[in-house]
Amino acid sequence: MAELSIITYPDERLKGESQRVEIFDAEVGAFIADLEETLRAGPGAVGIAAPQVGRAQRIVIVDCSAKRNTPNNGRMMLVNPEITEWDGYAVGREGCLSVPDYTGNVIRAERISLEAQDEHGVPQHYHCEGFEARAVQHEIDHLDGLLFLDRLVSRRNDLFRRKVYK
Amino acid sequence: MKHWYMLTVVGKDRPGIVAHVTSALFEGGGNLGEASMLRLGGNFTIMLMAQYDGSLKALERLLEPVIDSMDLHMHLDKIEGHLHEHVQPDVRISVFGADQPGIVAKITAALAEAGLNILNLESDVAGTQDAPLYIMHIEGEAREGIEALRSALAICAHDGVEAKLTPVETMVG
Ligand SMILES: [Zn+2]
Repeated sequence: MAELSIITYPDERLKGESQRVEIFDAEVGAFIADLEETLRAGPGAVGIAAPQVGRAQRIVIVDCSAKRNTPNNGRMMLVNPEITEWDGYAVGREGCLSVPDYTGNVIRAERISLEAQDEHGVPQHYHCEGFEARAVQHEIDHLDGLLFLDRLVSRRNDLFRRKVYK
Repeated sequence: MKHWYMLTVVGKDRPGIVAHVTSALFEGGGNLGEASMLRLGGNFTIMLMAQYDGSLKALERLLEPVIDSMDLHMHLDKIEGHLHEHVQPDVRISVFGADQPGIVAKITAALAEAGLNILNLESDVAGTQDAPLYIMHIEGEAREGIEALRSALAICAHDGVEAKLTPVETMVG
């Protein structure tokens, strides 16, 4: 296993669309293990997406279990993730391993349901809320070439008490 | 050797102030760091970290023509330019209420006492002339914990002043 190096904005590879994983072989397994090692080495990060290490494949790892007082599913290995339901909206603060020394407020759905496969290709189904739902949406954005910078809301007009509904 | 200066600019708001001031700085060989630029009650205000090769006097001479031509006032201070050292807020506080004298002083004094270090404060007067409404947003560091701030707010928010505190947990991924 090896820790991979994180690529940072404005690297073009962060802006591309990632491809679905079709073959779950030893090479993909080894990559996922490296990606997880990279996430664990990061300072306080709860998620990572394959394009952040320069690999354009739909692979995300989220693990919010170290955060106190946040409901979570523990370690989630999300290959080919698809969000199937969104509910509620909330403003929250985000930072990104690929955008060092900057954080900003972003609106995300409060509750989501998603379908994904694990590292062996086995289908999984998850419900996420709050902090964890935010993390999953942030990581899936990476698979579509989007950064939280694309979704920032203005600080000055940020009435964060307000909930916006679809 | 490059020096950092804090440039403060104030004047009656009109289109083009930012473009003119930053162009003069850039064309004179300067560079800008972090900045805050806002319209406050019909005035335009700039607080801008400027990096410049020369002395404070030389930078002043560089900017004077554009400042004068747009009827602005400026002030320059030599500073230390600590970039890439952002402190993350862990609490957000909003205060809403009928505009009353002393509200900012009262609330910020109570919060400071309870360990709040303010990183960013923005306040607006909304409503109408007859019924002004005061709105303040603060982001900061709760150095003695969130509960200390909550108690401080509960004591000083009353009489039509509403204060809300929200812990900020930054999601990094
Ligand atoms: Zn990210």
